[in-house]
Amino acid sequence: MMTMKFIQGGFDRRAVIFLGLLFLIAAVVSFLNLAMEPGSTFHISSYTVALLGKYLCYALLALSVDLVWGFCGVLSLGHAAFFALGGYAMGMYLMRQIGTRGVYGDPILPDFMVFLNWKELPWFWYGFDQFWFAALMVLAVPGVLAFVFGWFAFRSRVTGVYLSIITQALTFALMLAFFRNDMGFGGNNGLTDFKDILGFDVQADSTRVGLLLASAAALAIGFIICKALVNSKFGKVLIAVRDAESRTRFLGYRPENYKLLVWTLSAMMAGVAGALYVPQVGIINPSEFTPANSIEAVIWVAVGGRGTLVGATIGAVLVNFGKTLFTGILPEFWLFALGGLFIAVTLFLPKGIMGAIDGYMAKRKAGKDSGPAAQPQEGD
Amino acid sequence: MSTSKSSILYLENVNVSFDGFRALNNLSLTVKPGEMRAIIGPNGAGKTTMMDVITGKTRPDNGRVLFDETVNLTRMDEAEIASLGIGRKFQKPTVFENHTVWDNLLLALKAGRRTWDTLFYSMSAKDKQEIEDILEIIRLGHLRDETSANLSHGQKQWLEIGMLLAQDPKLLLVDEPVAGMTDAETEETARLLRDIAQRHSVVVVEHDMAFVRDLDVQVTVLHEGSAIAEGTLDYVSADERVIEVYLGR
Amino acid sequence: MARFIHSFVFFLALAWAIPGLAAPAQAQAADDDLRAAINQLAQGGFSQTAKQIQALAATGDDRVVPALQALLAGKLYFKKAGKQVFIIEQASGGYALTDPLTGESAGTLARGAVKKIRVNNRLRRELKAALGSLTLLSKVASVRMKAAEAVFKSQDPDSLEALDAALAKETDDGVKKAMQEARAAVLLKTDAPEADKLAALAAMEARGDRDALSIVIATAAQAEGALKAKAEKTATSIRQTLELWGAAQNVWYGLSLGSVLLLAAIGLAITFGVMGVINMAHGEMVMIGAYVTFMVQEVIRTSMPGLFDYSLLIAVPLAFLVAGAVGIAVERCIIRFLYGRPLETLLATWGLSLALQQTVRTIFGPTNREVGAPEFMSGAFEIGHLTITYNRLWIIVFSLVVLFSLMAVLKKTPLGLQMRAVTQNRRMAGAMGIRTNWVDAVTFGLGSGIAGIAGVALSQIDNVSPNLGQTYIIDSFMVVVFGGVGNLWGTLVGAMTLGVANKFLEPYAGAVLGKVLVLVFIILFIQKRPRGLFALKGRAIES
Repeated sequence: MMTMKFIQGGFDRRAVIFLGLLFLIAAVVSFLNLAMEPGSTFHISSYTVALLGKYLCYALLALSVDLVWGFCGVLSLGHAAFFALGGYAMGMYLMRQIGTRGVYGDPILPDFMVFLNWKELPWFWYGFDQFWFAALMVLAVPGVLAFVFGWFAFRSRVTGVYLSIITQALTFALMLAFFRNDMGFGGNNGLTDFKDILGFDVQADSTRVGLLLASAAALAIGFIICKALVNSKFGKVLIAVRDAESRTRFLGYRPENYKLLVWTLSAMMAGVAGALYVPQVGIINPSEFTPANSIEAVIWVAVGGRGTLVGATIGAVLVNFGKTLFTGILPEFWLFALGGLFIAVTLFLPKGIMGAIDGYMAKRKAGKDSGPAAQPQEGD
Repeated sequence: MSTSKSSILYLENVNVSFDGFRALNNLSLTVKPGEMRAIIGPNGAGKTTMMDVITGKTRPDNGRVLFDETVNLTRMDEAEIASLGIGRKFQKPTVFENHTVWDNLLLALKAGRRTWDTLFYSMSAKDKQEIEDILEIIRLGHLRDETSANLSHGQKQWLEIGMLLAQDPKLLLVDEPVAGMTDAETEETARLLRDIAQRHSVVVVEHDMAFVRDLDVQVTVLHEGSAIAEGTLDYVSADERVIEVYLGR
Repeated sequence: MARFIHSFVFFLALAWAIPGLAAPAQAQAADDDLRAAINQLAQGGFSQTAKQIQALAATGDDRVVPALQALLAGKLYFKKAGKQVFIIEQASGGYALTDPLTGESAGTLARGAVKKIRVNNRLRRELKAALGSLTLLSKVASVRMKAAEAVFKSQDPDSLEALDAALAKETDDGVKKAMQEARAAVLLKTDAPEADKLAALAAMEARGDRDALSIVIATAAQAEGALKAKAEKTATSIRQTLELWGAAQNVWYGLSLGSVLLLAAIGLAITFGVMGVINMAHGEMVMIGAYVTFMVQEVIRTSMPGLFDYSLLIAVPLAFLVAGAVGIAVERCIIRFLYGRPLETLLATWGLSLALQQTVRTIFGPTNREVGAPEFMSGAFEIGHLTITYNRLWIIVFSLVVLFSLMAVLKKTPLGLQMRAVTQNRRMAGAMGIRTNWVDAVTFGLGSGIAGIAGVALSQIDNVSPNLGQTYIIDSFMVVVFGGVGNLWGTLVGAMTLGVANKFLEPYAGAVLGKVLVLVFIILFIQKRPRGLFALKGRAIES
C-alpha cells in the first residue's frame, strides 16, 4: 500500500512524457531492426541498436549521478567504479557461460586463468555461472562498497570537494587493483569474447534488441524510483541537506543517513547500468574505472541540467551522440570538444539544458501571470 | 509546560577553547522550566559558542550541560539534541532557500525524522492544520507557495521562528532574532516571542537593548566566556563591571 | 613507482657497464708488440700456447686481459687467413669479430673462415693464474679492486695462490680488505681447516651484504657441527644487518618519492590550500614545465651544445614563467567567474586539463619525449650498503628549496601579505585598497608557475608525455588533503609520510597494491580527520 503510494508520487506530467517517449523510441527502433529487411530504407542496423542500448546505459548512469549530485549535493567522481563493478559482475557471468568454447576449452576456468596457469577457480568466481547470482552481485557489490564507503564518509562529515576527491581516489585505487593479473579479473585485458547470455547468442540481432529493451526498462524503473524519491518528503529533506546540511541537523534529521541511503541506491543503479552495458559492448576492462569516466558522467548531468533527472538522461544521450559523431569524423578533436564543453557548460549554462528550459518557461508564465517569478536559486 | 523540576537547562563550569583561545570560561547558567532568559554581551563574549555547546555543534572541553536535569547534552550530536526538544534559530536566518515557505514548515513539523518515516510520509489533516496555524502566527499565509529565497530578511527571520514553532521544542534557543529588522518588525517579534514564551522555555541572545527591555525578562550578561551578572535589565545595567565591559560609561 | 625503480636498476646496470667498456677504449693506441704477442697465441700446440700465455702475463699490461679472458671462455679465434686473433660472438650468419686489444668491432665472418684456439685443463689453470696476477697485481688500484671482487664472485679455488701473492704485496687498505674477503669466500669453498673457515665466516659477517649471505648459507648447508652453528648464526646476523640497510634504502626511496610528491603538491597547496580553488589542470601545469625543459634542451642541442649542463638552470625560470603565464590566463578567463563554486571549478578545470593534454599531444605527438640529464645529475655514490643517485638527491634538495622559498615569499614579501589578506577576508582586503583581482591572478599564477618548476624536476625521472600530469594529480591532492589544507608544513610532512609509507608497503604488497593501500589509508584518515594532519581550528573554519 505504502509502496504503491510512494511510487505513484513519481508520476508527474514530465515523468509520464519522458517514459512515453522512452518506450516509443525503444519500440520503434526494435521494430525497425527486426521487422524490416536489411536493405530497406527503414531498416535500423544492429550497430545502431547496440549504440542506442549503450546510450541508455549511460543515461542510467547519469541518472544515478544526478540523484546524488543534483539532490544531495554529493559530487561523485567515483561512479565509474560502481558502473564498472556492476559490469564486472555481469562479465564474470558471461565468462562462465563460455564454457568449453574458449580458446583453451577449459570447462570451468576462463581463458585468462588457463593462460596464467591457474589450476582452480578463485572463490570469488563461485556462483557466477548462475544468472540470478550474478544479477544479485550486480546490485550487491556496488551497493555494499558504496554503503561501507558512505558510512565512513558521511558519518565523519566529509563533504564538498574533499568527498569528490576521495571518491576519485576510490575509483583510482580500484582501477590500479583491477589492472593486476593476480586479482583474478583478467588484468589489463579484462573480460571479453562473450558467447551467450541466458542461452541467447550475444551477437544475435534479437538479443541486441532484447538488451536494448532491457536497458530501456532499467532506465524507466530507475527513473520512476528516483522521481518518487525526490517527490516525497524524503526528497525535500534531501534538497534541504544539499542546501543547508547543518540546519537539517538542528531540525533533528540525520543527513548522513539520508545521504547514505541515496548514495547506496545510486551506486546500485550505476551497477545495473554497467551490467547492461557490458553484454552490449562485448568487453569490460579496468579502463572503465578511470576517474575520467566518472567525470564525464558528471558532465553529462551538467549539460542536461543538474537536479532535473530528465536532463541527466538527455545530457548523457546528447554528449555521447556527439562523441560518436566526433570520434568518427575528427577523432583528435574530441578531447578539445569535451574539454570545451566542460568549461562552456560551467561558465555559460550552469543549470544545463533543462534548467534553461525551465527558466524560459517560468519567465513566460511570469509574463502571463505578472506575478512573482519563482526563481530557483543555485546553492551548494 | 509546568513541571516540578527546577531547571530545563543547566550549565556548570563549561569550558571551550580553540587553539588556546578560551571561548567559554567556567560558564554556569540555569534556565528554569517555562522561563524566558535574555543573554547579552559584547562581541566575542561566547554567546554563539554557548549555543553551539547546548545544541551539540561544539563539544566542551569540560563541564556539565544538562537538559531537563537528567539528560547529559555533552555526549549527544545535533540531531539527537534536536529530537530531545531543543530548537535553535540562527543569527543569520537559515531557511531552506530552494523550498517554499510551506515545505520549510513541513520539514520542521514534529514528525518522524528517520529516512523511512519521510519516504512514506503522507500529510494528515492534523499536520496541515498545524502548518496553517503557524502560517497565521508568523503572518506568511499569503506567501505559502513562495520559494523562501525570495522572502525579505525579516520574513526569513519569521519563517525561521515559525519553523521553531513547528518543531514544538521544550526549549528554544534564539540567536539575535531582530538583527536587521525595522523597528515595527522588532516590536512585532518581541510580541511573538513573549507569546511563545508562555508555552515554551526560551533563551534569547540579543544586542538590541530596546528589544531586551521589551521582552521584560531576566538577563544574563556574558563577558569573555563567563557570566558576570544576572538579574533584571535594570539591575544588571547598574552593575559596575557590566557598564565597564559592555554598556560603556 | 615501479617505473622509478626500473630506471634506477637500469641506471645501476649502466654504472657497472660503463667502466668495463671504457677500459679497452682507452687502449686505443694499440701497441704493435702486444698485438703480435696476442697473435702468437694462434701458433703451435698447447705447450707453445702455455709459454705465450706466460709471456703475455709477464708484460704486466692489463690490456691483454680481454684476450686471455676470451681464451678462457673459448671465445678466442683466429682467422685462417693471416692467423690474426679475434674475440668472437655468435651472430646471424657467422661470427661477429672484435679486436682483442681495442675492443672495436671488426665485422663478421663465416664460420669456416675462423678457427678456435683450443685450451686444455692445464692451459686453463695457466690462464687463471696469468689473469690473476695480471689483474690482482695490476698497478692500478681500481683494477685490483675489481679483480678481488671478481674472485669473490667466482670463489674459484685456483685463484687462491694468486690472491695470496697479491695480498702479500697489497698496500691499499680498501683493496686489501676486498682481497681478504675474496680469500675468505674461496676458503669456505675449499676443504681448509675449520679454524680458517671460522675466521672466514667472521670476514663474511663483517662484509654483511647479500653475496656474503649466500656464501654463508651455502657453507651452513654443507658444514657440520660447530662450523654449521657458527655459519647459521652468521647468516642470521647478516640478515639483520641487511634488513636494517634495506629499511634505510626504503626510507631513502620514500623520501625521494616524497620529494617528487612534494614538488607536485606545493603549487596545489597554493591554489587549493590558500585560494581554495580546485585546479584539476594542475597536473597539466607540471606537464607544461616538463615540455619547456624538453624545448630548452632541443634548442641547446641544435644551437649551443656547450650549454647542455646548464639546460635545467635555464629551464627552471622559463618553466615558471610559461606555466605561470598559462595559470594567469586560466584564472582570468575561467576561474574568476567560478569563485565560491568549488564543484563547478573542478569540472571546468578538468575540461581544461583535457584540452591542454590534447594540445600538447597535437604539437609534440603522443609519445614520450627524451629529456637528458646534465653531468651533475648523473651518477651515484654509496654510503654503507646504501646507493644514492645524484638526480634523486638533487630533486630532494630542490623540492626543499622551492618549499622554503615559497614560505619566505608568503611570509616576508608584500605580495605574500596581500595574498594572505585576500584569502582571509576578501572584502576587508578590498576595502583597504588591495587589488583583489590582481592578487587572485598572481596567486594562481604563482601556484601554476611552481607546478611548472616541478615539471622541470620530474622530467629527470619520469617520462615526458602528455599524460605526465595525470600521474600526479590525484597523489598531489592526497598530499594536500592529508597534510591539511592551507599549511605548507603539512604539505611537507604529508608528502614525505606518503612517500615513505608507499615505499615500505611496496616490498610486502607490490607497487600497485602498495599504492592502493596508501589510498585506502588516506580515505580512512580523511574520515577520521577531515581537515588533515595540520588542521586549522576554531571559528575561522566554520564559515
